[in-house]
Amino acid sequence: MGSVKSIPSPAISADERSHEVDHPSSQVARFGADQPLRLDCGVDLAPFQIAYQTYGELNADRSNAVLICHALTGDQHVANLHPVTGKPGWWDTLVGPGRPIDPSRYFIICSNVIGGCMGSTGPASINPATGKVWGLDFPVITIPDMVRAQAMLIDRLGIDTLFAVVGGSMGGMQVLQWTAAYPARVFSALAIACSTRHSAQNIAFHELGRQAVMADPDWHNGGYADRGLHPHRGLAVARMAAHITYLSDAALHRKFGRRMQDRELPTFSFDADFQVESYLRYQGSSFVERFDANSYLYLTRAMDYFDIAADHGGVLAKAFAGIQTRFCVVSFTSDWLFPTSESRALVHALNASSARVSFAEIETDRGHDAFLLDVPEFFDISRAFLQSAGKARGLTGKDS
Amino acid sequence: MSVQEVLPLNGFTAEQSAHFRADHLLVAEMVKPGSKVLDVGCGDGDLLQLLEMRRVDGRGIELSREGVNRCVAKGLAVVQGDADTDLVNYPDDAFDYVILSQTLQATRQPRVVLENLLRIGRRAIVSFPNFGFWKMRLQLLIGGHMPRTENLPASWYDTANIHFCTIKDFVELCDAIGVKMERAEALDLYGRPLRLRLPWWVWNMFGEQGVFLLSRGGRK
Repeated sequence: MGSVKSIPSPAISADERSHEVDHPSSQVARFGADQPLRLDCGVDLAPFQIAYQTYGELNADRSNAVLICHALTGDQHVANLHPVTGKPGWWDTLVGPGRPIDPSRYFIICSNVIGGCMGSTGPASINPATGKVWGLDFPVITIPDMVRAQAMLIDRLGIDTLFAVVGGSMGGMQVLQWTAAYPARVFSALAIACSTRHSAQNIAFHELGRQAVMADPDWHNGGYADRGLHPHRGLAVARMAAHITYLSDAALHRKFGRRMQDRELPTFSFDADFQVESYLRYQGSSFVERFDANSYLYLTRAMDYFDIAADHGGVLAKAFAGIQTRFCVVSFTSDWLFPTSESRALVHALNASSARVSFAEIETDRGHDAFLLDVPEFFDISRAFLQSAGKARGLTGKDS
Repeated sequence: MSVQEVLPLNGFTAEQSAHFRADHLLVAEMVKPGSKVLDVGCGDGDLLQLLEMRRVDGRGIELSREGVNRCVAKGLAVVQGDADTDLVNYPDDAFDYVILSQTLQATRQPRVVLENLLRIGRRAIVSFPNFGFWKMRLQLLIGGHMPRTENLPASWYDTANIHFCTIKDFVELCDAIGVKMERAEALDLYGRPLRLRLPWWVWNMFGEQGVFLLSRGGRK
């Protein structure tokens, strides 16, 4: 039996990645020592920066701003070529000319979350107090912290009320947090494939991913950057495990079945004989090229801690009492990470709060990932929801 | 009193009157403009659209995914849900009116659903196909098979409708749970209200469907 290929080293060097951490290829809002970000853990983070992209123009009465919130491993490059991977924006199916969220109609903002590694202050950033990479000295952040930082960015942009806040998965959590924390600042909210709390099963999967990162000998208790290392094997395994949870058995079977990769017979080794194995290895290795391992730990932790009801005496409806925001909640039938039952619980709470809410479950076998894929029914609903909200908001402009 | 005569006075144009189903126009006419309404089993949202024209703050529940998606695409606030299981989650007095249009016969527990309607809403509007309609009676009597009509074309073995009743049965149910009938209409085969003040047995025989405006009353 020959040698077994394990996860290859990333093609992009740590230097290229770390350049984006402090000097992103996008706009940056810097907040000085006089404007600290008050974190849930009790720490005041200052100074800090938020990297963001915008598309389209803010109208005269500042009423057409749409904030896009990215998911766990997304970033601000929602509808432009990614500076590290050179690939199209992660949501250019939904955002862009002729798309449901059209820059000719809306002023679109997408920020890299606090704790991220694409230009917003996070564990991969330089700690100004030491001149070294933060690593595990970075304070633990939460979804409300991310939203608080975004609100400071929105203030900086001179926008009082957002026409819409839109996001899926962790982005959807941010959408819900926005409406709970700043109800008067959100005219409409599109929350996709998400939940008001992270389930035990989801926390368990995140723990698996974190343990994979921490088990990598290159991790060095989070201090890999100073040694010029990156725990890419552990992070790739974390990504592989997470990626399975984003798909469904049916989708995996349709795409790969038990087909072999470039061979007809098994090699009787632990090489990637099956197509599904090489697919996962590819997903893992391409992820480590653009993502920081510690950032992955912090962002998964933020999702784990998320529980809107817990902040309101365990009663979810209280979080949305008297809210005027128009909601549209979307779930996907084969999503087992954020199943429809979670969305339904949210919708019941919104109904009990007398909120104006629409809810649709889209039939697809593509799992949680469906929100990032070309699913026409989902786009139709998003477009229609935003258009009718736009009518109520008095937004003029061509219907795309 | 005919729909066509009344509705233009209530803010509908002749064109709108022609566009919407006669029973929807009648239901919409029963709703005070400016009120808050929940339409249970709202289908494609036609009634909700009609209500929105009357400045009604309308919400919907619909069981079928296709129906919900079409409603959301129209910009309506509609959620996917089941009248039998989801109404318990709604708080008391959440709406001015709760509408159950052509859905009662598809519920598992019509009595519980009706009680929930009048808990959630101060008033309820219920419409349903009348199985006491002469054509229905004739099909069972002469044809010897379960009745099928243009509006209810499914055979007995593949219909979603499981609890058919007559206008008489419904009136008895309302009496049994102490519901006050504020207004009652019977519609003919074409969805037009029977114009005359007629005795119940005539409505039960000649009404193709019944439309009732209900409110909470004392138990009799």
